[in-house]
Amino acid sequence: MVVDKWSPRETDRVFHALADATRRDIVRTVLVQARSVSALARQYPMSVAAVQKHVTVLEEAGLVSKRRHGRESLVRGDIDRVRDARSALDAFELLWRHRVAQMDQILAEDP
Amino acid sequence: MPITRVDTDIDAHTMTVVAEYDAPVERVWQLYADPRQLERCWGPPTWPARVVEHDLRPGGRVSYVMTGPDGEKSAGYWDVLEVEAPRRFVVDDGFADDAGQPNRELPTTRMELELGERAGGGTTLTVTSTFASAEAMQQMIEMGMEEGMREAMGQIDGILAGVA
Repeated sequence: MVVDKWSPRETDRVFHALADATRRDIVRTVLVQARSVSALARQYPMSVAAVQKHVTVLEEAGLVSKRRHGRESLVRGDIDRVRDARSALDAFELLWRHRVAQMDQILAEDP
Repeated sequence: MPITRVDTDIDAHTMTVVAEYDAPVERVWQLYADPRQLERCWGPPTWPARVVEHDLRPGGRVSYVMTGPDGEKSAGYWDVLEVEAPRRFVVDDGFADDAGQPNRELPTTRMELELGERAGGGTTLTVTSTFASAEAMQQMIEMGMEEGMREAMGQIDGILAGVA
Protein backbone atom coordinates (compact mmCIF):
# COMPACT_ATOMS: atom_id res chain seq x y z
CA MET A 1 0.00 0.00 0.00
CA VAL A 2 1.00 3.59 -0.32
CA VAL A 3 2.55 3.85 3.11
CA ASP A 4 4.95 1.04 2.18
CA LYS A 5 7.22 3.56 0.58
CA TRP A 6 7.48 5.59 3.77
CA SER A 7 9.92 4.85 6.53
CA PRO A 8 8.43 4.77 10.04
CA ARG A 9 10.06 8.13 10.80
CA GLU A 10 8.57 9.60 7.68
CA THR A 11 5.12 8.31 8.62
CA ASP A 12 5.49 9.82 12.07
CA ARG A 13 6.42 13.16 10.53
CA VAL A 14 3.45 13.15 8.16
CA PHE A 15 0.95 12.16 10.84
CA HIS A 16 2.40 14.63 13.30
CA ALA A 17 2.25 17.40 10.71
CA LEU A 18 -1.40 16.69 9.98
CA ALA A 19 -2.33 16.45 13.65
CA ASP A 20 -2.65 20.21 13.96
CA ALA A 21 -5.78 22.03 12.76
CA THR A 22 -3.91 25.14 11.57
CA ARG A 23 -1.46 23.05 9.59
CA ARG A 24 -4.28 21.07 8.02
CA ASP A 25 -5.89 24.35 7.06
CA ILE A 26 -2.64 25.64 5.55
CA VAL A 27 -2.35 22.47 3.47
CA ARG A 28 -5.93 22.86 2.30
CA THR A 29 -5.25 26.46 1.30
CA VAL A 30 -2.01 25.88 -0.60
CA LEU A 31 -3.37 22.85 -2.40
CA VAL A 32 -5.80 25.20 -4.10
CA GLN A 33 -3.39 28.05 -4.64
CA ALA A 34 0.29 28.63 -3.81
CA ARG A 35 0.76 31.37 -1.20
CA SER A 36 3.65 33.19 0.41
CA VAL A 37 4.18 32.79 4.15
CA SER A 38 3.25 36.42 4.73
CA ALA A 39 0.02 35.99 2.79
CA LEU A 40 -0.77 32.96 4.95
CA ALA A 41 0.00 34.93 8.09
CA ARG A 42 -2.67 37.46 7.15
CA GLN A 43 -5.16 34.61 7.07
CA TYR A 44 -4.51 33.40 10.62
CA PRO A 45 -4.38 35.27 13.91
CA MET A 46 -0.68 34.58 14.30
CA SER A 47 2.70 36.03 13.48
CA VAL A 48 4.65 35.40 10.31
CA ALA A 49 7.21 33.53 12.43
CA ALA A 50 4.52 31.25 13.84
CA VAL A 51 3.15 30.49 10.38
CA GLN A 52 6.70 29.91 9.13
CA LYS A 53 7.14 27.33 11.89
CA HIS A 54 4.03 25.45 10.77
CA VAL A 55 5.18 25.60 7.15
CA THR A 56 8.56 24.15 8.13
CA VAL A 57 6.85 21.19 9.85
CA LEU A 58 4.75 20.63 6.73
CA GLU A 59 7.80 20.96 4.48
CA GLU A 60 9.72 18.38 6.50
CA ALA A 61 6.78 16.03 6.14
CA GLY A 62 6.80 16.58 2.37
CA LEU A 63 3.23 17.87 2.43
CA VAL A 64 4.17 21.28 1.03
CA SER A 65 7.17 22.68 -0.80
CA LYS A 66 8.47 26.17 -1.39
CA ARG A 67 9.29 27.55 -4.77
CA ARG A 68 10.75 30.90 -5.80
CA HIS A 69 8.40 33.06 -7.76
CA GLY A 70 10.05 36.38 -8.56
CA ARG A 71 10.95 37.99 -5.27
CA GLU A 72 8.59 35.82 -3.35
CA SER A 73 8.84 32.28 -2.11
CA LEU A 74 5.53 30.48 -2.55
CA VAL A 75 4.25 27.53 -0.52
CA ARG A 76 2.54 24.87 -2.55
CA GLY A 77 0.81 21.68 -1.41
CA ASP A 78 1.72 18.20 -2.62
CA ILE A 79 -1.58 16.54 -3.41
CA ASP A 80 -0.14 13.03 -3.82
CA ARG A 81 1.45 13.16 -0.42
CA VAL A 82 -1.78 14.25 1.23
CA ARG A 83 -3.69 11.58 -0.64
CA ASP A 84 -1.25 8.90 0.55
CA ALA A 85 -1.59 10.00 4.16
CA ARG A 86 -5.32 10.12 3.86
CA SER A 87 -5.66 6.65 2.38
CA ALA A 88 -3.48 5.14 5.10
CA LEU A 89 -6.03 6.33 7.62
CA ASP A 90 -8.97 5.47 5.40
CA ALA A 91 -7.93 1.83 5.30
CA PHE A 92 -8.45 1.30 9.02
CA GLU A 93 -11.61 3.36 8.99
CA LEU A 94 -12.93 1.26 6.14
CA LEU A 95 -12.29 -1.95 8.08
CA TRP A 96 -14.43 -0.63 10.92
CA ARG A 97 -17.13 0.54 8.56
CA HIS A 98 -17.25 -3.00 7.26
CA ARG A 99 -17.43 -4.46 10.78
CA VAL A 100 -20.23 -2.14 11.82
CA ALA A 101 -22.19 -2.95 8.65
CA GLN A 102 -21.66 -6.67 9.21
CA MET A 103 -22.94 -6.30 12.79
CA ASP A 104 -26.01 -4.57 11.42
CA GLN A 105 -26.53 -7.41 8.95
CA ILE A 106 -26.42 -10.06 11.68
CA LEU A 107 -28.85 -8.07 13.81
CA ALA A 108 -31.22 -7.81 10.87
CA GLU A 109 -31.12 -11.57 10.24
CA ASP A 110 -31.30 -12.61 13.85
CA PRO A 111 -32.87 -9.85 15.93
CA MET B 1 -25.50 2.87 7.53
CA PRO B 2 -25.52 2.80 11.29
CA ILE B 3 -22.19 4.69 11.63
CA THR B 4 -22.74 8.14 13.02
CA ARG B 5 -19.17 9.32 13.51
CA VAL B 6 -15.55 8.39 12.89
CA ASP B 7 -12.92 10.52 14.62
CA THR B 8 -9.26 10.03 13.89
CA ASP B 9 -6.83 11.70 16.25
CA ILE B 10 -3.42 11.35 14.69
CA ASP B 11 -1.62 12.96 17.59
CA ALA B 12 -3.10 10.58 20.15
CA HIS B 13 -2.97 7.67 17.66
CA THR B 14 -6.61 6.86 18.24
CA MET B 15 -9.58 6.23 16.06
CA THR B 16 -13.10 6.31 17.46
CA VAL B 17 -16.07 4.84 15.66
CA VAL B 18 -19.59 5.57 16.87
CA ALA B 19 -22.52 3.61 15.49
CA GLU B 20 -26.19 3.21 16.39
CA TYR B 21 -28.34 0.12 16.31
CA ASP B 22 -32.02 -0.37 16.90
CA ALA B 23 -31.34 -3.59 18.83
CA PRO B 24 -31.07 -3.43 22.62
CA VAL B 25 -27.69 -3.42 24.41
CA GLU B 26 -27.93 -7.11 25.42
CA ARG B 27 -28.46 -8.15 21.82
CA VAL B 28 -25.55 -6.10 20.45
CA TRP B 29 -23.32 -7.50 23.22
CA GLN B 30 -24.05 -10.99 21.90
CA LEU B 31 -22.24 -10.09 18.67
CA TYR B 32 -19.04 -10.18 20.71
CA ALA B 33 -19.97 -12.65 23.40
CA ASP B 34 -20.87 -15.32 20.84
CA PRO B 35 -17.83 -16.52 18.84
CA ARG B 36 -19.99 -17.56 15.86
CA GLN B 37 -21.37 -14.02 15.57
CA LEU B 38 -18.05 -12.37 16.29
CA GLU B 39 -16.29 -14.19 13.47
CA ARG B 40 -18.89 -12.96 11.03
CA CYS B 41 -18.13 -9.32 11.68
CA TRP B 42 -14.42 -9.33 12.49
CA GLY B 43 -12.57 -10.17 9.25
CA PRO B 44 -12.32 -7.83 6.25
CA PRO B 45 -14.75 -8.74 3.41
CA THR B 46 -12.42 -11.13 1.57
CA TRP B 47 -10.65 -12.34 4.74
CA PRO B 48 -13.30 -14.24 6.70
CA ALA B 49 -12.37 -14.95 10.29
CA ARG B 50 -12.77 -18.09 12.36
CA VAL B 51 -12.69 -17.66 16.12
CA VAL B 52 -10.58 -20.39 17.73
CA GLU B 53 -10.48 -19.56 21.44
CA HIS B 54 -13.09 -17.39 23.07
CA ASP B 55 -12.75 -16.52 26.74
CA LEU B 56 -14.11 -13.01 27.10
CA ARG B 57 -13.19 -12.56 30.75
CA PRO B 58 -10.46 -10.43 32.31
CA GLY B 59 -7.20 -12.32 31.80
CA GLY B 60 -8.82 -14.45 29.09
CA ARG B 61 -7.86 -14.89 25.48
CA VAL B 62 -9.80 -14.69 22.24
CA SER B 63 -7.95 -15.92 19.16
CA TYR B 64 -8.88 -15.97 15.51
CA VAL B 65 -7.58 -16.94 12.09
CA MET B 66 -8.46 -15.05 8.93
CA THR B 67 -8.11 -16.64 5.50
CA GLY B 68 -7.34 -14.53 2.45
CA PRO B 69 -8.51 -14.98 -1.14
CA ASP B 70 -5.41 -17.02 -2.05
CA GLY B 71 -5.71 -19.21 1.02
CA GLU B 72 -3.10 -17.32 3.01
CA LYS B 73 -3.70 -17.15 6.75
CA SER B 74 -3.44 -14.28 9.16
CA ALA B 75 -3.89 -15.09 12.84
CA GLY B 76 -4.62 -12.70 15.66
CA TYR B 77 -5.53 -12.69 19.31
CA TRP B 78 -7.05 -10.54 22.03
CA ASP B 79 -5.63 -10.30 25.50
CA VAL B 80 -8.76 -9.51 27.47
CA LEU B 81 -8.11 -6.77 30.03
CA GLU B 82 -11.49 -5.59 31.32
CA VAL B 83 -15.04 -6.86 30.91
CA GLU B 84 -18.23 -5.34 32.24
CA ALA B 85 -20.93 -7.38 30.52
CA PRO B 86 -23.04 -6.36 28.71
CA ARG B 87 -21.69 -2.86 28.18
CA ARG B 88 -17.95 -2.63 27.94
CA PHE B 89 -14.74 -4.52 27.32
CA VAL B 90 -11.11 -3.61 26.74
CA VAL B 91 -8.69 -5.87 24.88
CA ASP B 92 -5.24 -5.69 23.33
CA ASP B 93 -5.52 -6.97 19.77
CA GLY B 94 -2.32 -8.45 18.37
CA PHE B 95 -0.92 -10.63 15.62
CA ALA B 96 -0.21 -14.33 16.14
CA ASP B 97 1.98 -16.83 14.34
CA ASP B 98 0.67 -19.83 12.41
CA ALA B 99 0.46 -21.87 15.61
CA GLY B 100 -1.72 -19.18 17.18
CA GLN B 101 1.02 -17.94 19.51
CA PRO B 102 1.14 -14.15 20.05
CA ASN B 103 3.85 -12.42 18.04
CA ARG B 104 5.20 -10.02 20.65
CA GLU B 105 7.44 -8.23 18.18
CA LEU B 106 4.50 -6.68 16.41
CA PRO B 107 2.57 -3.83 17.98
CA THR B 108 -0.82 -4.44 19.56
CA THR B 109 -3.83 -2.19 19.26
CA ARG B 110 -5.91 -1.48 22.33
CA MET B 111 -9.60 -1.68 21.61
CA GLU B 112 -12.21 -0.38 23.99
CA LEU B 113 -15.79 -1.20 23.11
CA GLU B 114 -18.67 0.42 24.90
CA LEU B 115 -22.42 -0.04 24.52
CA GLY B 116 -24.91 2.49 25.82
CA GLU B 117 -28.66 2.75 25.75
CA ARG B 118 -29.77 5.20 23.14
CA ALA B 119 -32.49 7.67 24.09
CA GLY B 120 -35.73 6.31 22.63
CA GLY B 121 -34.45 2.73 22.42
CA GLY B 122 -31.58 0.98 20.73
CA THR B 123 -27.88 0.99 21.33
CA THR B 124 -25.00 3.36 20.80
CA LEU B 125 -21.73 1.56 20.09
CA THR B 126 -18.43 3.35 20.67
CA VAL B 127 -15.20 1.64 19.70
CA THR B 128 -11.91 3.38 20.43
CA SER B 129 -8.74 1.92 18.92
CA THR B 130 -5.50 3.18 20.38
CA PHE B 131 -2.23 2.50 18.58
CA ALA B 132 1.10 2.51 20.36
CA SER B 133 2.48 5.14 17.96
CA ALA B 134 2.10 6.45 14.44
CA GLU B 135 4.59 3.76 13.47
CA ALA B 136 2.43 1.11 15.06
CA MET B 137 -0.58 2.62 13.34
CA GLN B 138 1.20 2.26 10.00
CA GLN B 139 2.29 -1.30 10.68
CA MET B 140 -1.18 -2.26 11.80
CA ILE B 141 -2.73 -0.75 8.73
CA GLU B 142 -0.30 -2.53 6.43
CA MET B 143 -0.79 -5.91 8.02
CA GLY B 144 -4.49 -5.77 8.66
CA MET B 145 -5.54 -4.69 5.22
CA GLU B 146 -5.99 -6.61 2.04
CA GLU B 147 -5.69 -5.52 -1.58
CA GLY B 148 -9.32 -5.32 -2.58
CA MET B 149 -10.05 -3.06 0.30
CA ARG B 150 -7.15 -0.75 -0.40
CA GLU B 151 -8.18 -0.39 -4.01
CA ALA B 152 -11.67 0.47 -2.96
CA MET B 153 -10.43 3.54 -1.18
CA GLY B 154 -11.24 6.07 -3.83
CA GLN B 155 -12.71 8.62 -1.51
CA ILE B 156 -10.40 11.35 -0.39
CA ASP B 157 -12.26 13.55 2.05
CA GLY B 158 -11.28 16.28 4.48
CA ILE B 159 -8.34 18.19 3.12
CA LEU B 160 -8.91 17.01 -0.41
CA ALA B 161 -12.58 17.94 -0.49
CA GLY B 162 -11.80 21.51 -1.52
CA VAL B 163 -9.75 20.58 -4.58
CA ALA B 164 -11.60 17.51 -5.82
